[in-house]
Amino acid sequence: MLGTYYTFPELLLWIPFVTGLIAIFIKDAKTVKTFALLSSIATLVVSVISLCFTDIAHHPEYFYYNNVSYIWMPYIGSSFSVGLDGMGFLLTFLTAFSYPLIFAATYKSEWKNPNAFFALMLLSQAGIMGVFVSTDALLFYFFWELALIPIYFLCSKWGGEKRIQATFKFFVYTFTGSLLMLVAIIFVYLHTPQVSPDSIHSFSISAFYNAALSPDQQSWLFWLFFFAFAVKIPVWPLHTWQPFVYEEGNYPAVMVLSGLMVKMGVFGMIRWLLPIFPDADVQFSNIVITLAIIGILYASCVALVQSDLKRFVAWSSIAHLGLMAAAVFVRNSSGLQGVMLEMLNHGINILALWIVVDIIERKTGVRKISELGGLAIKSPALAMFLVVIAFANIALPFTNSFVSEFLMFNGLFEFNKWYAIVAILGIVLSAVYMLRMVQKVFYGKLNSLTERAGRLTAGETIVLSILVVAIIILGVYPEPVINLTQGTVSDILKMIMVK
Amino acid sequence: MNVINLIYLVPLLPLIGFLINGLGRKSLSKTTVGIIGSGVVFISFCLSVLIFLAASRDGFVVQNIHYFDFIKFEKLHIPFEFQIDQLTSIFLLIISGVGFLIHVYSIGYMQGETQEGFGRYFSFLNLFVFFMLLLVLGGNYVIMYIGWEGISLCSYLLIGFWFKDHENNDAGKKSFIMNRIGDIGFLLAIFWLLSLFGTVSYHDLYNSQNGFIAVISNVDTTDIVGISLLFFLGATAKSAQIPLYTWLPDAMAGPTPVSALIHAATMVTAGVYLVARSNILYSLAPTTMTVVAIIGLATAIFAAVIALKQNDIKKVLAYSTVSQLGYMFLGLGVGAYSAAVFHVMTHAFFKGLLFLAAGSVIHAMAGEQDITKMGGLGKKMRITYITFFVACLAIAGIPPFSGFFSKDEILNAAFTSSPLLYALGLGGALLTAFYMFRLLALTFAGKFRGTQEQEHHLHESSKTMTIPLIILAILSAVGGFVGIPEVFGKGGNKMGDFLSPVFAQSKQILGEHTNPHQTEIILMAVTAILSIAVSVWAWNKYKNVTAFAPGKSAFARAVRNKFYVDELYDFLFVKPYRALGNLLNNVVDKKGIDGIVNGVGRSVNYGSRQLRLLQSGQVGSYLLLMVVGMLLLFIIQLFSK
Repeated sequence: MLGTYYTFPELLLWIPFVTGLIAIFIKDAKTVKTFALLSSIATLVVSVISLCFTDIAHHPEYFYYNNVSYIWMPYIGSSFSVGLDGMGFLLTFLTAFSYPLIFAATYKSEWKNPNAFFALMLLSQAGIMGVFVSTDALLFYFFWELALIPIYFLCSKWGGEKRIQATFKFFVYTFTGSLLMLVAIIFVYLHTPQVSPDSIHSFSISAFYNAALSPDQQSWLFWLFFFAFAVKIPVWPLHTWQPFVYEEGNYPAVMVLSGLMVKMGVFGMIRWLLPIFPDADVQFSNIVITLAIIGILYASCVALVQSDLKRFVAWSSIAHLGLMAAAVFVRNSSGLQGVMLEMLNHGINILALWIVVDIIERKTGVRKISELGGLAIKSPALAMFLVVIAFANIALPFTNSFVSEFLMFNGLFEFNKWYAIVAILGIVLSAVYMLRMVQKVFYGKLNSLTERAGRLTAGETIVLSILVVAIIILGVYPEPVINLTQGTVSDILKMIMVK
Repeated sequence: MNVINLIYLVPLLPLIGFLINGLGRKSLSKTTVGIIGSGVVFISFCLSVLIFLAASRDGFVVQNIHYFDFIKFEKLHIPFEFQIDQLTSIFLLIISGVGFLIHVYSIGYMQGETQEGFGRYFSFLNLFVFFMLLLVLGGNYVIMYIGWEGISLCSYLLIGFWFKDHENNDAGKKSFIMNRIGDIGFLLAIFWLLSLFGTVSYHDLYNSQNGFIAVISNVDTTDIVGISLLFFLGATAKSAQIPLYTWLPDAMAGPTPVSALIHAATMVTAGVYLVARSNILYSLAPTTMTVVAIIGLATAIFAAVIALKQNDIKKVLAYSTVSQLGYMFLGLGVGAYSAAVFHVMTHAFFKGLLFLAAGSVIHAMAGEQDITKMGGLGKKMRITYITFFVACLAIAGIPPFSGFFSKDEILNAAFTSSPLLYALGLGGALLTAFYMFRLLALTFAGKFRGTQEQEHHLHESSKTMTIPLIILAILSAVGGFVGIPEVFGKGGNKMGDFLSPVFAQSKQILGEHTNPHQTEIILMAVTAILSIAVSVWAWNKYKNVTAFAPGKSAFARAVRNKFYVDELYDFLFVKPYRALGNLLNNVVDKKGIDGIVNGVGRSVNYGSRQLRLLQSGQVGSYLLLMVVGMLLLFIIQLFSK
């Protein structure tokens, strides 16, 4: 353990924020690219050090006693306070881990106005980090928006032809959610405990956890928060922006969106929604789980008939996220622990899948599934990587998501057998659509388009190797991640159950 | 030094072989790859022999070895552990022993591949053996499940090994997906066990104070029947039983040694292992036992009927595997667990042999698999012919070849349960004798019916291929002597005695039923005599056939087309899934859900056209506005108090 003053959560924020601002002034494409990569590596180093030096498994109180807090807006009871618990560590690590890989994997891509592009990327990282470390509701909201806005610009300025339209839809969805959440935050704020009738309320997370809300109030506040988070994940039927944005968006932005911003939604549900509205959780869990399971099966069907690789990945992701959304609400340790693991695993797997799709599009110039084929002949290594990644996506044992899906299904089964029995059909459907994609893209004979694909570059091989090794290690030995997050799981469960 | 301490090497070595051959597939020569690939399995086999010897010593107790915690938090604890008992040791021998022979054979068979393909092939083969060994070594159901899905993966990779041809890929995909359907059952059974007991370790479930025997006083409770049926669903997929058998006949799209591996040493025996491993659970659920017996018997007969009319040498063998697996499940269903395991072993010998010999034939015929175009090969390929002949005798149940003893033990137990089961089982056995000798006669007897070119090409295969054939032929011939029925003297059934500790508790639950000695001998004689008669009849009927006229009757057509089961599944599941996908994608999502969203968007859009002027598109001003807005809200709130 380091000293008593912990700077980690802060550094995770400030490094990308400051370097993001600096990046605006670096006009040279190559320099700014390298600069962004180095900045993200610095953040990763900080994250790894903080993971190594804080023994969260044995000191769960860390989160509550040792966060940084500045007096920020005392007259309204909000402060700039940040801290990390097990879940925070996990997700900040995922964020810190993803950015260097995103920058490295797309190093070959050229962007118009590179300074703006990389500045926005780094700012989005700052925003996402902020979401995961905030222990103040207003600050959380601030970062929530800070993460959203750069992505909004990234998607609208760089991408496919219909990117403006797609981004607008994305914006409407998420902004509606944000506004609803803001209303809810203010309402809860006004019901936080006061020392005396004249003293001010507080935005701090502990005050929010102790807010005096009647079941009736909870029952509508729940949905305001839920909407904001569910849009991000997305929970069926709030999903229609996602395939559209993923199809039109540029790869780095889409990787951030699907790998990390999705986790903001899940994180929000666990950190804020569940503990603040325990009565509503009980009341609505069946509805939410039903929606989520519909989402699994619905998206699994739609994924089968996709012709565009990007849309395909989008739909397969929606299918997997449905399970996560369902497991958040099962109110048992198996389900929540599964979600914790899956947040990390899904982040890794979806990132790997996007990198492969990006490589395919760069090498062949197309991403229509029907126009591809036989790539395994041209690039056996890429095929091997894809097979591992595809099987990680369908949760084969010894890959990371087996453990998380196993725990989530088990949690669902514990909650109600029948939900698990219906939802588990998803594992068959996912095998069908994934293997179809692998077959159509990599197997079969070469055609004139795939003929010109070359082998993997050293950089691509390294990035994919890192991800594949992570997939296998987490699949064989997930215990460290479980140890890291089990404190959060039991804290959340205690709060849901006691109140 | 205790060999049990080295047990981790048994699966680890093939895994290392997989890594070396997989990563070095471009740089290692074919000889090196072959030696590494076969060598690691051979060492595993040697260790398995030592383990077997240790397990057959008096006073051997079941060993549990805990390596690390796979999943552990709160009350959920799933360790990565191995359990070694007699059942495991038998399976280790079969997998590594027959697996090793298949590896050696492959060195010769796959010589035509490119260097890269050769390395890839051997790495997958090693991975296959690794997962299968893990499956039988695992000390709890989750570890078994890891191996269980692992072999699905390997079968997918190996069936679709020649991936340029989409037919092979389809077969591989089908195998994986059908097995996934079974996996649902397996997983749900695990969840169910966890919710009841909080553990899935065999030791805790079956041999402890809080396990099944202690907790469950009644048989046939919903829990027990539910769990056992779900496990059985898993077994029907992996062991190709009705209704999930259709992947196995297609699985011969892979290289022939792979078929041998899947059909004999690995994969399909996993389902039998699962039920045998859970014997106590099944013995407590008579309802499930009945289901298992009926499904097993139905599959045995159904597949045998289809095999009668197949003209592809590998297809005949594939359906015969389905059928023989049916017998194993019949045995399990009537409580003859050790007989089923015995049949797994003899079947591994003769079915491995049949496939490898078929591979030798296909090799000689330059890829031809249609038996109507063969004939008379016996003269050109003596070793293949004789070994194939031995295998036919074994599978047809002709005494004293191995299949006779194991099948007889199953049929005998079936008779104890109900004479009807015996009669139907015997019928299936006679069908087996018929189609096997038809196959033998059409392939090896009579005159050659192929082209001149093919005739010229005919040759006996190389030593790396024929030596495994000879070894397996010897095993097929004499392998049955480890299970001589008790009627002929106590201590004859070494196999049964060896396995008895594993099934002791089940025996207590089920009680011991035996037929009177006289009945048993009569049944045995009836089976043997009829099998011989049918074999001779089929041989004579087909040995000199020159012309082939496909049967005209509707029944013959239905049999030839495998009763249209594939088409039925296509109609019931595959097509609707696609159709639903299209419907949801094109109509529900785009017009329905997104239509509503866009509608809302348009109306909002209209109202906010003025406001949009404010969206100057700059981060700075946007953020500023947001903060200002928030502050305003708070100030209003403060003053309103």
